[in-house]
Amino acid sequence: MFESLDYYRLDDVLSEEEKLVRTTSRQFTEDRVMPIIREYHRKAEFPSELITEMGKLGLLGSTLPEKFGCADMNYTSYGLMLQELERGDSAIRSFASVQSSLVMYPIYKFGSEEQKEKWLPQLATGNKVGCFGLTEPDFGSNPGGMRTTAQKTANGFILNGVKMWITNGTIADIAIIWAKYENKIQGFIVEKGTKGFKTNIIEGKFSLRASNTAEIVLEECEIPQENILPITDGLKSPLKCLTQARFGIAWGAIGAAMACYNESLNYAKTRIQFDKPIASFQLVQEKLVYMVTEITKAQLIALQIAKLQDDNKIKHTHISLAKRNNVSIALKIARLARGILGANGISDEYNTIRHMLNLETVITYEGTHDIHTLVIGEDITGISAFN
Amino acid sequence: MNIAVCVKQVPDTEARIKIGEDKKSIDESEINFILNPYDELAVEEALKLKEAHESDVTIISLGPDRITSSMRSALAMGATKAIHIKIDSTPVDPMITATALAQVLKEGNYDVILLGKQAIDDDNAQIGPILSELLDIPAINVITKLDIQGDVVIAERQIEGGVEKTEAKLPVILTTQRGLNEPRYASLKGIMAAKKIQIEEKNISLTDNKIEIVEINNPPQKPEGKIVGEGAEAVPELIRLLKEEAKVIS
Ligand SMILES: Cc1cc2nc3c(=O)[nH]c(=O)nc-3n(C[C@H](O)[C@H](O)[C@H](O)COP(=O)(O)OP(=O)(O)OC[C@H]3O[C@@H](n4cnc5c(N)ncnc54)[C@H](O)[C@@H]3O)c2cc1C
Repeated sequence: MFESLDYYRLDDVLSEEEKLVRTTSRQFTEDRVMPIIREYHRKAEFPSELITEMGKLGLLGSTLPEKFGCADMNYTSYGLMLQELERGDSAIRSFASVQSSLVMYPIYKFGSEEQKEKWLPQLATGNKVGCFGLTEPDFGSNPGGMRTTAQKTANGFILNGVKMWITNGTIADIAIIWAKYENKIQGFIVEKGTKGFKTNIIEGKFSLRASNTAEIVLEECEIPQENILPITDGLKSPLKCLTQARFGIAWGAIGAAMACYNESLNYAKTRIQFDKPIASFQLVQEKLVYMVTEITKAQLIALQIAKLQDDNKIKHTHISLAKRNNVSIALKIARLARGILGANGISDEYNTIRHMLNLETVITYEGTHDIHTLVIGEDITGISAFN
Repeated sequence: MNIAVCVKQVPDTEARIKIGEDKKSIDESEINFILNPYDELAVEEALKLKEAHESDVTIISLGPDRITSSMRSALAMGATKAIHIKIDSTPVDPMITATALAQVLKEGNYDVILLGKQAIDDDNAQIGPILSELLDIPAINVITKLDIQGDVVIAERQIEGGVEKTEAKLPVILTTQRGLNEPRYASLKGIMAAKKIQIEEKNISLTDNKIEIVEINNPPQKPEGKIVGEGAEAVPELIRLLKEEAKVIS
């Protein structure tokens, strides 16, 4: 089975169950994802057959309480799980992130008891799929400006607006839609099949091809009163969900980086040029050493944010730093690995190019690299550079 | 039905084995340990029986503290109890292991005792057969199919050129072979539930060791390959060498 890089013996700080969670996730990736991912990437489709299997293994909403059918595990376990999934493909990790952090988490945090009981168990098994609609065609980094609106009717609400770049959009049974209601951002649950709810798949992606990405059009879309997420509190609420998801991304990116490192290391040791393995050239060694160093640093960051999360000491800026750093080094590592693979590096016979292209999405969504720079900048200087 | 599974923790199949400084043991410092793959088949089969017959599945293992991680992985798959026979290091002599296991098994009144057909580290394949003698219970070894109806056990085993069908009565000892089943993954909920199960510890005085390891050596290095020539002209010479020198074709 895949052996992850562990240059600093960080496995020593993991508990037995954390390692077991990693083993299960790794086996799933090895046996179920690796054999099919190239094909799904080629045809730009999400491997939906994996959804209920992920549910059965407990990979969805795994930090939530047992009473909703979830595993109630700690954040290190959650991170390790996502690392293994993204070692397979960012699309698989994105599915788990969206379902867990952007759909189950807001229902758990901002939903009513009835909403939790109705939706969480079905989302945990994967019998139902969710998506999260915040971004709009004209509002990405600045979601606070969104144009989607909710208006009160006699029995519920009418939603109008367009959401863009929505992961799981066309395969979702429910959408968590963020809209302005009485000038404040508010969350709503919209069920597939509701009149006025339409999804269009986004085609022509060069990144995250094995993920389902869609546009959602809400046209006089009427939902019942009970579908409002009652405890949401303005823009802060969706941002809280994103903080959860970014935590997972900071771990997941390490998985993609490890995959590229392993592939390029093995290649460098066996590819002979000028009568020597290319791994014997100093320039190649320097690249491999960079990869080992940056992956090790990223692992330390990831472990610490998990600890802060479990101890309830985390700040969203801690997670911004982790997402910003870990995705950025993963992308650099993927590009270096692609180079080491030479011409083979542009072919999907190898995994590296797929990871490299995926990471272009990962560095953009959930707050771009530069937006996280500004978030941390504001935190340490007290001066906002956004406006 | 009361089921026990005896398991062993072994080095990962992909671990690079380094011989220890004493030349009699292996250096464990950088080894990743796993549940013996044949024992995973035994655990899986026990869990299937558990699902059909509503029974407890007790994991029993003998070894140092490190083995609890593999016992946990069996619990995470769905076993319900675990007994750890604590010793400083795993015995070399299978008689010692089997005697200690027999002592614990006697106390448990098990109807079915499952084990992997062998451990992949020392490949002795002794424990099942020795337990059969010590406990005076029939053993069916290297099984690839199992069916239990009432107290009748029907098991299939692969033999040279065919399949042998055997029958025995409970209680029975069964050693498992690949093909019997596909071991499940431990689900995350299973892992969290296993965390709450207390592993019972037992101290047992071991019997005398009658087998000593004198020396462990690496297999001899493969001699360097020989390039006979290039292209079609080289084929006759290659065939001659394969026949006369390597003697792999005739
Ligand atoms: C495959 C994929 C899946 C996605 N899934 C989802 C989903 O499920 N749900 C969802 O709601 N959204 C999703 N998104 C959207 C994603 O979160 C946004 O793309 C992201 O927030 C960036 O917004 P934008 O694309 O509009 O870029 P813009 O905000 O237009 O940014 C463009 C560029 O300008 C820079 N920039 C913007 N503002 C500033 C500033 N103040 N200072 C300096 N630089 C600035 C950015 O860093 C970036 O480089 C997904 C995106 C992709 C690609």
